[in-house]
Amino acid sequence: MSYDAMRHFADSWGLIFMGLVFLTFIGWTFRPNANRHHKDAANLIFDDSHEKGGNDDE
Amino acid sequence: MNNLLVKTGGWLVLVFLAFIAMVLAVDAGFAVHMGIIMSACLIGLWVTVSKADYAAIGRGILKALADPGKYDDDPVRWGIIATIFWGIAGFAVGLYIALQLVFPALNLGLEYTTFGRLRPLHTSAVIFAFGGNALIATSFYVVQRTCRARLAFPRLARFVFWGYQLFIVLAATGYLLGITQSREYAEPEWYVDLWLTIVWIVYAVVFIGTLIKRTEPHIYVANWFYLSFILTIAMLHVVNGLTVPVSLLGAKSYSAFSGVQDALTQWWYGHNAVAFFLTVPFLAMMYYFVPKQAERPIYSYRLSIIHFWSLIFLYIWAGPHHLHYTALPDWAQTLGMVFSIVLWMPSWGGMINGLMTLNGAWDKIRTDPIIRMMVLALAFYGMATFEGPMLSIKAVNSLSHYTEWTIGHVHAGALGWNGMITFAAIYYLVPRLWDKQRLYSLRMVNWHFWLATIGIVLYAAALWVAGIMQGLMWREYGDDGYLVYAFSEVVSAMEPLYLIRAAGGLMYLAGGAVMVYNVWMTIAGHERAEKPMTETPHNVEADRPIVAEPAE
Repeated sequence: MSYDAMRHFADSWGLIFMGLVFLTFIGWTFRPNANRHHKDAANLIFDDSHEKGGNDDE
Repeated sequence: MNNLLVKTGGWLVLVFLAFIAMVLAVDAGFAVHMGIIMSACLIGLWVTVSKADYAAIGRGILKALADPGKYDDDPVRWGIIATIFWGIAGFAVGLYIALQLVFPALNLGLEYTTFGRLRPLHTSAVIFAFGGNALIATSFYVVQRTCRARLAFPRLARFVFWGYQLFIVLAATGYLLGITQSREYAEPEWYVDLWLTIVWIVYAVVFIGTLIKRTEPHIYVANWFYLSFILTIAMLHVVNGLTVPVSLLGAKSYSAFSGVQDALTQWWYGHNAVAFFLTVPFLAMMYYFVPKQAERPIYSYRLSIIHFWSLIFLYIWAGPHHLHYTALPDWAQTLGMVFSIVLWMPSWGGMINGLMTLNGAWDKIRTDPIIRMMVLALAFYGMATFEGPMLSIKAVNSLSHYTEWTIGHVHAGALGWNGMITFAAIYYLVPRLWDKQRLYSLRMVNWHFWLATIGIVLYAAALWVAGIMQGLMWREYGDDGYLVYAFSEVVSAMEPLYLIRAAGGLMYLAGGAVMVYNVWMTIAGHERAEKPMTETPHNVEADRPIVAEPAE
């Protein structure tokens, strides 16, 4: 691939691809149910009680 | 016994190889470095031979395994001590070169102590020795706690620590000897680069191995930041370090790139060293230690993920803003500028996320000096990530570039953000790692906080004034079309500001000295008898029921 062809690929399809991947990652945090998941994850560092890990469902 | 023999023999072979390389070296600097490597191997040999438990080997007893019910914290403890040691060394060298700018006699007339050689010693000592040790130590601490698993490869983790210290010693002595490939923040020559590559890959193996053996299903967000730091630094280091050595027994090498490509590679590396060494992994520290110290979960876990992906997708493009108005194509300069400005948003998102974690517990800023340090660190993260995009705008950059304003900006970020969050993490970790009830003195943390804060303010304010004055004086034309000021006039105009800056650095170093004393006494097991930071008032007189009195 010549530099010219790569450059044109990068600022068209490459850019669109990267943009879509980024939006997917961001969008993923807004999926239904995400809030509960985030709450568990944020409190994970305070969970000194259980022995073997696993989700805290007590 | 056999095992001991193999280890001892291995060290001996390395000693001989280093010795041969030292004898055959084509330049003096390389010979000194091979001598240092030989000494390091001799120390390894001595430790292997003298620390071996011969009685146990003789009776055929296998070495007791480490307690699997405890986290593997030895490398973390060593890392914290190394962080403090290199931090003080780096701050002291920084103060010394700041004084050299005011009193040139301090160059001492020796090539080894000139500003040009001591400056990379200072930058590398604070970034890679102070910052790097803090990052390796805290990453080993955090990844174990959040994965609820011991480090994956204990021996490799120890190799990472000692290998990294050898890298630091080789880099530091190299600068003094004049060995440099003169790439900003990547001055060590090819063989030191190769050594760092090995150490770094082993670091990645230990970190990823620990993530894989985790017992906690979710990988906490701090680990995402640490992992992206490890992987990206590996990529940046390898590409930027592509060089061809002149001789395999000499220090000198030449870059694989040339001209403007070389410049762009350097600043692609250089800016991402700021991004993925000085920002992203320190945010990992923020996402673990701020919630832990505040005893509240992070304000928004979703925002932390958005913060992460935004930094990952944006930061890598910002490097060209270091090459405004150079031979770099105009579109690339504009690209770097635009991405730098866009970065402002996720950076402030992250800062707000950290600060809002204190929502409902703002009083802790008054009562807990460690939280106070964290809040100041976040405030400086916010200030530096506002100033940075502003300086990347071409019109602003035409005034600020090559002036002291840039140095002031870097130090607001480094002293304020990296330094303060690291000190806070050290104060958090020391009682826990050495199993003490509390720090020797919280009031001394407060002293450290104020010394450092006033130091930063003096430093940054002096260099803002110096930089803008310098930029304006350089571009001042008279009616006749000639420059108004000679370069030397600009230099002498800045002298008082350089002095104020050195005073700021002295205060920052003094804060560091207070930390050394506090940490030392904590580890030694002392607790200072002192008034607590806060006292709830209690009026004994008023503490009684109201008794009805008979009417007259």
